[in-house]
Amino acid sequence: MEALSRAWRSDFSWSFRHSPVAIISLGVVLLLVLSALLAPWVAPHNPFDPASLNLMNGFTRPMEPNAFTQEIFWLGTDDQGRDVFSTILYGMRISLFVGFTAVLFALILGVTLGLIAGYAGGWTETTIMRVADVQLTFPAILVAMLIFGIAKGITPVDMRDEMAIWVLIIAIGLSDWVQFARVVRGATLVEKNKEYVQAARLIGRKPGAIMLRHILPNVMSPVLVIATISLALAIIAEATLSFLGVGAPPTQPSLGTLIRIGQGYLFSGEWWIILFPAITLLALALSVNLLGDWLRDALNPKLR
Amino acid sequence: MVEPVLSVRGLTVEIPTRHSVLRPVDTVSFDIAAGEILGVVGESGAGKSMTGNAVIGLLDRPAHIAGGEIWLNGERIDQLKGDALRQVRGKHIGMVFQDPLTSLNPLLTIGQQLVETIQVHLDVSGAEAKNRAVNSLNEVGIPAAAERIDAYPHQFSGGMRQRVVIALALCAEPSLIIADEPTTALDVSVQAQIIALLKRLCHERGTAVMLITHDMGVIAEAADRVAVMYAGRMAELGPAREVLTKPAHPYTVGLMGSTPLASAGKERLNQIEGSMPRLDELQPGCAFSPRCPYAQHKCRIEPRPTLEAHEGRAACWLAGEVAE
Repeated sequence: MEALSRAWRSDFSWSFRHSPVAIISLGVVLLLVLSALLAPWVAPHNPFDPASLNLMNGFTRPMEPNAFTQEIFWLGTDDQGRDVFSTILYGMRISLFVGFTAVLFALILGVTLGLIAGYAGGWTETTIMRVADVQLTFPAILVAMLIFGIAKGITPVDMRDEMAIWVLIIAIGLSDWVQFARVVRGATLVEKNKEYVQAARLIGRKPGAIMLRHILPNVMSPVLVIATISLALAIIAEATLSFLGVGAPPTQPSLGTLIRIGQGYLFSGEWWIILFPAITLLALALSVNLLGDWLRDALNPKLR
Repeated sequence: MVEPVLSVRGLTVEIPTRHSVLRPVDTVSFDIAAGEILGVVGESGAGKSMTGNAVIGLLDRPAHIAGGEIWLNGERIDQLKGDALRQVRGKHIGMVFQDPLTSLNPLLTIGQQLVETIQVHLDVSGAEAKNRAVNSLNEVGIPAAAERIDAYPHQFSGGMRQRVVIALALCAEPSLIIADEPTTALDVSVQAQIIALLKRLCHERGTAVMLITHDMGVIAEAADRVAVMYAGRMAELGPAREVLTKPAHPYTVGLMGSTPLASAGKERLNQIEGSMPRLDELQPGCAFSPRCPYAQHKCRIEPRPTLEAHEGRAACWLAGEVAE
């Protein structure tokens, strides 16, 4: 109880309670994440169950009864008669899973390399940071496509659909670790010269222990901000790759895949197939991004 | 004679640069006995801190020990590497840093930091380590130590934090403490308390202290013996009272003359003309000769005499005469 009331009184919580943008963003994020997590219970249909699909329901307009079956779909149906609302919920699961996992992967890789580069210095640092620099000169999406292409070449054909999600995660993660590494290296360089680190060296702690126990916790707050903003970027990157047809396979459609499917019908008048997944993607990416912006300000002692 | 805790002989630290090899510490020799406080004074860049860092083996590349010997409790430590070095310096040397703001990890409670230090050195259980931590906080005069132990560094004032740092340095019962400007970041009233505390604890426990400072007041207050450094070299070394009242090296004379004394009632302070030469601009003769009011031809051409740990007090050709 005491910890709870202390948390309530903290600057962090105060800043949250006084930022309408943060509250609304968090609300949207929570709503979307929860409905994605609970999709099997929330969604009115299971778009992956062919038995529940009725081709007669294809191209039903939103909120209007279908001409043949008289069924009503909130957000309409696509060409296969799949409920767009349900496909969005299921699609978000894929998008969020890929986004979170890719950021986690990038975070672990980037923070580890950044810590080592900053603490070790010398050749280790030069090698790691030059690799990072070189990678930065390529657009992230190009790196991701390159990795995706290579992975596709070396995985067996019958495994491709299963592997696609993981390849996507690795591709996005690998194109995203650089900023974690750069920020962590910079922060490590600052912390390393502080006297408490010298003191830890003096009492005989080994470099690994110093990095993990003393430096890592002190460089984590910028990492948290980058991770949040990266999440929005990773979700968009996933959608981009899927839109380009190199991401999530049609058997496991993410928001990007849905948008790709939908854009084929945009000019024949079935606007709802692309519009609603696109709005969801926009809402998700925007609210995560705004949350990240607020977090950056809230964690920045200079802006208090 | 009792064997000193720390014995430094001809210590030389070099920093290779593109143009030349700099010597921030040049053939420095001194001893510190158990329970004794050696004050090391000199202006910025004189090599005080560099000497301290060389002793604890925390020189950052490219600086390295290029010559001389460092003996701690009869064991030679300047050539130790890796684990052996970690063992020795962690167990036998404690360090009090200048800025108590940065010498404690802001994200760990002071208890966690004390317990970590104790457990690295002494083979004791967690509960015992915590017990010792509370005791050491009590010893440095932190009120309600048992409750304060779970507080974070930012919940302490500067002076209290420096007490915690001293507790941290002392809790592993080292035989030598290197205090690098421990009071520079504190205000004057707290300075006196911290110095008195350091002095009392070290005399009680028989810990040798190397007190690095540029504050003559602190030296006069705390040091048993004084080492005056100039441009990386030892200028004068002797008992505090003698060095302060009857300085033998012209630099020490100048230093004393430029220290404000409330009792002196002077309107203007004397100052030493010029400034300390950069390490890459050292003249062949005595490094102080360009600023020395007594300098003679000999001072400018012949390398100044090296000061040994025991013989003589001042590294000056004119040592005897200047005093008069």
